[in-house]
Amino acid sequence: MTAKPKRKVGVRARLAGLLIAPARRAMDLIDIPMHALQRRLGTGGVAAAMLAPNMLVFGVFVLFPMFLNVLYSFTGGGALFLNERVFVGTLQYETLLDCGSYADPATCREDRFWRAAGNTAFFVVIQVVALVIVSLMTALVLNREMRARGFWRAVFFFPVLLSPVVVALIWKWILQRNGVLNAMLVPLGIEPVLWLVERQWAMFWAIFVAIWAHLGFYTLILLAGLQAIPRDLYEAAEMDGTSRWRALTRITLPLLWPSLVVVILLALIRAVQVFDEVFVLTGGGPGTATLFLVQYIYETGLAQQVRNLGLASAASILMALVLIVLTLLQLLAAARRERRENR
Amino acid sequence: MSSIARFLTRRRGGRAWHFTDVLAWVWLLTGLVLMFGPVLWLGLSSFKTRAALTEFPPTLLPYETRMVDVEGFDEPLPLYRVTTEDGQKHRMVQVRRIGAVAQMADPDAPDEIVRVPLDAREPVRDLHLATENYSEPFERLDFLRYFYNSVFVTVVATVITLIVNSMAAFALAKYEFKGRTAVLGIILVTLMVPLSVIIIPLFSVINGLNLFNSLWGVILPTVATPTGVFLLRQYMLTIPDELLEAARMDHASEWRIYWRIVLPLAMPALAVLAIFSVMWRWNDFLWPLIVLSDRELYTIQVGLNSFQGQLNVQWHYVLAMTVVSLLPVVAIFAFLQRFITSGIASTGIK
Repeated sequence: MTAKPKRKVGVRARLAGLLIAPARRAMDLIDIPMHALQRRLGTGGVAAAMLAPNMLVFGVFVLFPMFLNVLYSFTGGGALFLNERVFVGTLQYETLLDCGSYADPATCREDRFWRAAGNTAFFVVIQVVALVIVSLMTALVLNREMRARGFWRAVFFFPVLLSPVVVALIWKWILQRNGVLNAMLVPLGIEPVLWLVERQWAMFWAIFVAIWAHLGFYTLILLAGLQAIPRDLYEAAEMDGTSRWRALTRITLPLLWPSLVVVILLALIRAVQVFDEVFVLTGGGPGTATLFLVQYIYETGLAQQVRNLGLASAASILMALVLIVLTLLQLLAAARRERRENR
Repeated sequence: MSSIARFLTRRRGGRAWHFTDVLAWVWLLTGLVLMFGPVLWLGLSSFKTRAALTEFPPTLLPYETRMVDVEGFDEPLPLYRVTTEDGQKHRMVQVRRIGAVAQMADPDAPDEIVRVPLDAREPVRDLHLATENYSEPFERLDFLRYFYNSVFVTVVATVITLIVNSMAAFALAKYEFKGRTAVLGIILVTLMVPLSVIIIPLFSVINGLNLFNSLWGVILPTVATPTGVFLLRQYMLTIPDELLEAARMDHASEWRIYWRIVLPLAMPALAVLAIFSVMWRWNDFLWPLIVLSDRELYTIQVGLNSFQGQLNVQWHYVLAMTVVSLLPVVAIFAFLQRFITSGIASTGIK
């Protein structure tokens, strides 16, 4: 009886050993140059050496492109590398912002950009409001005392792990003309609808699918915020005969506010960058009905026959400005929430 | 009756039902249908044959029309239940279909051909799992290739991410040096620059480094995740400095301290980062879409997208391969859900 579990542990340990042994030997080998470095430069040198790979990758693949992006947005022509490109000043920005009337994208020189910007703004507002309300409701429900809470949490959470392509394919399959949604509507006397071909419906489903996919993530953050609210506050309120509604508006929501701010800002940052799900679901169509900024940048700069890198860069700089403001606010809010929770 | 009702609605603690309880259950059950339903439908549909997938309205379970071998015909013929004009029911095979009329025959006497209107017959169907949807893409299409590419990208990127980020986190958590705040600031800035903003210049950098159309071009830009550095650093700050000092007393080199003391102690944080990294890289779409142009190099997500983008979508393959691409993620979720949820709740990363 006692031998069995022992052997099990042994196998696992041996397996782990097999995996770790080569890694250990490699690390011991690295120790030779690192030790030499330490003798010459001291511990500070080692710290710098350990930071170096990360900084190199950051530098080459994030900071340098960031810097390049600004330069690209002032150049024109079809060449890929900066040294072969022509400096055109602010021409790209002027092209993007050249509009007869900002209310009507048709009067703009780069009307696709304005349609994308308008669609993105619409998407961001509706999606974030709906997403925050739905996640808040779900978090409140999941925070109640109930059986199988883990199961219910998983129900709402699991789409977060699905890839955007998979999410889009699942819904595309449901929404197609012969799909299951139309099949459920026919017995109710509703004619089959081309969900992804009609403009308004395409936008609706883009928003719906984005909420479906991300709702669990925000619910989880809010749930953590709810669980940090001390129970005795509610007990005290109950003893005073406070109604549930009053407890919600006077205790729960004010104390949850820091988490809500984080959720709202995170959702905003993500919504501005909406791309994958909608790109696979609708391809930006019908026409430009669900064309969003990232898709505009991708298509203008990389996917078109004639690449317009300058224009795409200028558009991405404009988008980055919005994102930087939102991210700064989010970092502030997150720091504040952490401080409050640690108190 | 009323006692049964009372029994069914009895609650723990003897508290009465409140209308919010009802609302909560309505919310949960609607959620169950809306969240699980689509994935369940994907799973069921993926086992249907190509013909069954075009049916409208669709059946819930995968059925297939029974095919019968009939003497005198090379191919097996579909079997139908036919109601003749005098109300009798027969089992017949369809020989040919012309417009709204089918030529049908008794499988035992295939020479006598009867003309039957389409609405007077119903196919004989059996439950059948179209497993060929799963096997054929691996044999005939490049799917095995895509799968392999995705596994390669995910594993290599995750290993590099863990090593590179933990080294940086260790340096930032355990050493005082000039410019540490500056480095932390730079990492913070990179948090603000999502990939979607820098795709254009990053594309030219990748081209300049000759990494275009290579899996390394997909891997390298992703390995220095700012969230990963912060997550690990935060955790390493909780490791007491006395441990490191004691090791130094024993003449352990700094590298050995990192590798033998700090890394094993930071295992929980490393596990969280590893899980996240696997999910990120497995699910990445935009960047691989930009970098990879040869079909043999496609990752699973790009491959799936190219299948569904075709004019005539082969849904029977697309659905089955979607399920396959889900399996690793489902496995991670099933075994490591605790890590993921606590990771998100405590750091707000995704």
